[in-house]
This record gives sequence, C-alpha cells and structure tokens, in this order.
Amino acid sequence: MKFRQSTYWLFLLPCLLAITIVIIYPFLQGVYFSFTEYNGFQITEFVGLSNYRQLLSDQNFLNSLSFTARFSIASIVGINVMGLGLALLVTQKTSKLSTIFRTIYFMPNLIGGIILGFIWQFIYLRAFDGLAQLTGWDFFSGWLADTETGFWGLVILFVWQMSGYIMVIYISFLNNVPQELLEASTIDGANAWQRFMHVKFPLIAPAFTISLFLTLSNAFKVYDQNMALTGGGPFGSTEMVTMNIYNTAFMTRQMGYAQAKAVIFLIIVASLSVIQIYFTRKREVDM
Amino acid sequence: MKKKRYATFSFLIIGILTSLLWIYPFYLVIVNSFKTRGEIFRSPLNLPIDFILDNYPVAFARLEFVQSFYNSALVTSGSIVLIVFCTSMAAYALSRRPSKTSSVIYFLFAILMLVPFQSIMIPLVAIFGAVDMLNRTGLAIMYLGLGSSLAIFLYFGALRGIPKALDEAAIMDGCNRFQIYWYIMLPMLKPTTVTVIVLNAIWFWNDYLLPSLVINRPGMHTIPLKTFYFFGEYSRQWNLALAGLVLAIIPIIILYMFLQKYIIKGISDGSVK
Repeated sequence: MKFRQSTYWLFLLPCLLAITIVIIYPFLQGVYFSFTEYNGFQITEFVGLSNYRQLLSDQNFLNSLSFTARFSIASIVGINVMGLGLALLVTQKTSKLSTIFRTIYFMPNLIGGIILGFIWQFIYLRAFDGLAQLTGWDFFSGWLADTETGFWGLVILFVWQMSGYIMVIYISFLNNVPQELLEASTIDGANAWQRFMHVKFPLIAPAFTISLFLTLSNAFKVYDQNMALTGGGPFGSTEMVTMNIYNTAFMTRQMGYAQAKAVIFLIIVASLSVIQIYFTRKREVDM
Repeated sequence: MKKKRYATFSFLIIGILTSLLWIYPFYLVIVNSFKTRGEIFRSPLNLPIDFILDNYPVAFARLEFVQSFYNSALVTSGSIVLIVFCTSMAAYALSRRPSKTSSVIYFLFAILMLVPFQSIMIPLVAIFGAVDMLNRTGLAIMYLGLGSSLAIFLYFGALRGIPKALDEAAIMDGCNRFQIYWYIMLPMLKPTTVTVIVLNAIWFWNDYLLPSLVINRPGMHTIPLKTFYFFGEYSRQWNLALAGLVLAIIPIIILYMFLQKYIIKGISDGSVK
C-alpha cells in the first residue's frame, strides 16, 4: 500500500521549498558572491580568487580564527570535565536534592546568549570589583579590560552555560548503565574509582563523542555571548570568526569579501562535523 | 557502611556548593536590581540597604515589555506551528514510501545540517530583501528552512516505530493519506512533537542574530533585540540595566518551573538521537 506519488510530493513540498530558498539557493549564491566585489546592492566587479588571497594576509581575520580555536579548545575541555562531573554527581541518587541540582545546572541553557553576556558583564565589571575590594586580591580587578581576561571571561561564561547541557547527555547514558553490572563489580571488590574507570566509562564512550563535537561546533559558532560580553573589544582582540564575518559584511559593507570568509568558515565547521560523524559511526560498530 | 555515609555526605556538600556557584550570578543580578545606582557602585556584593522598587517601572516602560513579549511570543509560536506541521508531514511521507528518491531527500536534509548560519547569512538577507520579505512571515520561513533537518530526523525516527499495518487498516476503512496523518499519526507522534517544540522554542525565543537582520524595526523587536538596545543605552546605569535583565529572564524561569520535566527530556532526546 504505497503512497501515491502526488500526495508524497505534496507532503514534502513545504520543507523542500523552505530549504531551497533558505539554504541551498543562498549557499550557491554565497559561493558566487565570494568571487566578486559586492556592496549589498549590486555586484560591481568579478574578482576571481582575489578575496581569498586577501584573506591570507588579513591579520584581523587570522587573529579571530586563532582566538576562536583557542576559545573552543579551552571551552571543550572545561565543559566536558564539568559536564561529566555534574552528571556523576546528580546520578549518585544520594538524596532528593539531586533533581534540584540538575534543574539548577541546566538553567543557563534556557536563557539567550545576549542576556547571559550582559549578566556576566555585570559580574566581571562590578561584582569582581567588589570581590577585589573585599579580598584585596589583584586577580579580581580589571576584568574584560585586556585580551587575556576577555578570553577567560568568555570561557567561564560558556562553561557555566553549556556544562548543564552536556550533563544532560551524560546522564542519559549513565542511566543506561545496567545496575547489575555495577553491583557485580562492587561484590568483586571494585571501589568507586574502579567502577567508574572500568564499568561506566567504557559504556558512556559514545556520549563522549557526541558531547565533544557538540561543544566543538557550538563553541565555533558562538556569536551572541561574544557580542554582549566583550563586543570584540578591547580593539577587536576578543573578536571571534562569526563577529569578524558580521562586521565585515554589515559594518564595512564588504559583502563579497565577508562571504569569502564565510565560505572558509563553512569549510572548517563542516569538516569538523564530518570527522565527528565518522568517529561516532566507527564507535557504534565497535559497540 | 560508615564509609558510604561519609561519601554520601561529601557528594551532598559538593552538590550544594556547585549549585550556589551556578546561582550566584543570577542572585547578584536580582539583588542589585533593587538598589540605587550609587549603592551598586559602593557595595555590589551586599544585600540592599534600602530595598527600592523604582528601577522596575522604568525598565518595564523602556523595554516596552508588553510589546516585546508579544512580539517574541508571536514569532516563536508562529514559527513552531509551521515547523511542527510541515516537518511531521514530510517525515511521514519519507517513512512510508521507501525509495531511492526518499533516501536522496533524507540525505540532503542531513548534509544541510552541516551548514552554519553565518555562511549563508549575507545572501539570505539579500534574497529575502529583494522580494520584500524581511518581516515576520519571512522570519518564520527562514526558521522552517534552518530547523527542518533536525525535526524531520526526530519525526522519522519515531515514525519507524509505528507499524505500517496501521496505515493499511486505515486505508481499508476508507481513510485517505491526509486523514491518516491527521487523525492517527499526529496524535501518536505527540512525545516527539514535545521534543521538537522544546528544542525550537528555546532557539526561537532567545535568537538574536537572525531577528536582528530580519525584523530590526521599532514595534517588531523581540525581547533579546530590545534587551540589546536597552542595555547599550543604559549600560552606565546598572540599576536600570539589571532590572531590565531580570524582566527579560522572568518569563523563561516561570515556564521552566512548570515544564522542566519535558524540557530536560526534550534536550536529551534531541541531542542523543
């Protein structure tokens, strides 16, 4: 009893139409734009690969790329260590409070990056100032005023935000670890650390792959938090790739050049995701 | 046994401490929103000396809160309705007509998930601008395009678990495809629909970049957009800025308290599958 052809296409039509005009066509046009001089209204010149050549010597773009990469690495480590730690903590089933803990850790994920960025701007500028007066520690003064504190400010914000999200993923895998296995290992004399390393850890390995690359692609695409917390400052030194693309396109209106950056960005993000899928699949076969 | 009780106790303490650390930023923002501007500068960490409410009416008015809330609710709910119906229909068609074409279409949706928004943002705005669609309808269509892949995967996964014998029995009884979809599939897909709604609601409600490019006009500003401009204007007046932030967060926290079970389940289903 097959679907009639006409009904089949009718059911698919809205989605196919939407992805065509929202992603496929803009994507193709974007590739074309990247070979031109385009100001947002008209294409003034076809310039071939010159936008891409210009990229290689654009210090701002290269800085934003390396800032984004460093931010991503620091965040991935922080988020996964924290997320796994929190997941282990709330799956101990030691008290009724576990559910409340889980609710709290997850909360920042429901709030938009713009608002989170402003909240932390207040924390770094005012509350840290108060802490500096209270403790007399230099550590708390002058946050977000230089590149270094801007960098760590963003990392802390992002770890605080995303750990709860990654925690949820680890929890769903930890809950699937068979209880008998844990009991058996306890009877055999394994302590908590050995139970974690030799029983739980191998069973939650797929969660590790999912979380690692989910944080990677999210960290690479951060824009709102960057915009609200540092605005790229001081002097554009905490500007991430996404903000660099945005500013090139909508501030200086070099749309063709911005689109060349966007194409490079696409290639980076897409290849990272493809590597992820490859590893996830491979792991699934092993299981 | 004694050792076990000791471990339980230390887990509890660590849990409480980390929770406090997680809440502390919210706590500071809320507490300081009840202070005068001068007091925030003098003592940002203390409880307010004279507890004042004056910041709130001002922030409420400047944020045009009722208008912004309405705009956010309209954009979010409209886009969700569109995405739920369109993607569940598409997934139903794909799952019930296994063929080369279906595999190709499914694969196409999969690849498109790799495309980050920033890489198509410039032409997207140009295209929609050229046909005068930089408005709420245009925004909803963009969300449908950008969000359909994930939603179709989730629905497709769920539909595979619904036996085809059900379709056949319904056809015997004289149902057409649309009736099967509407009266049988859609009700059975309810748990997936909850996941799709949760994931997309969080995204649409909080999104800043896309609305800033598409509906950046007075009277159409959503809460994130309005908060952004409001904060820029009042960043030297922390008392007002903080009251504004609290107002922007309140609707989400209230919803979270009632729906947290669904929200956490939705997130975990959406990312693991």
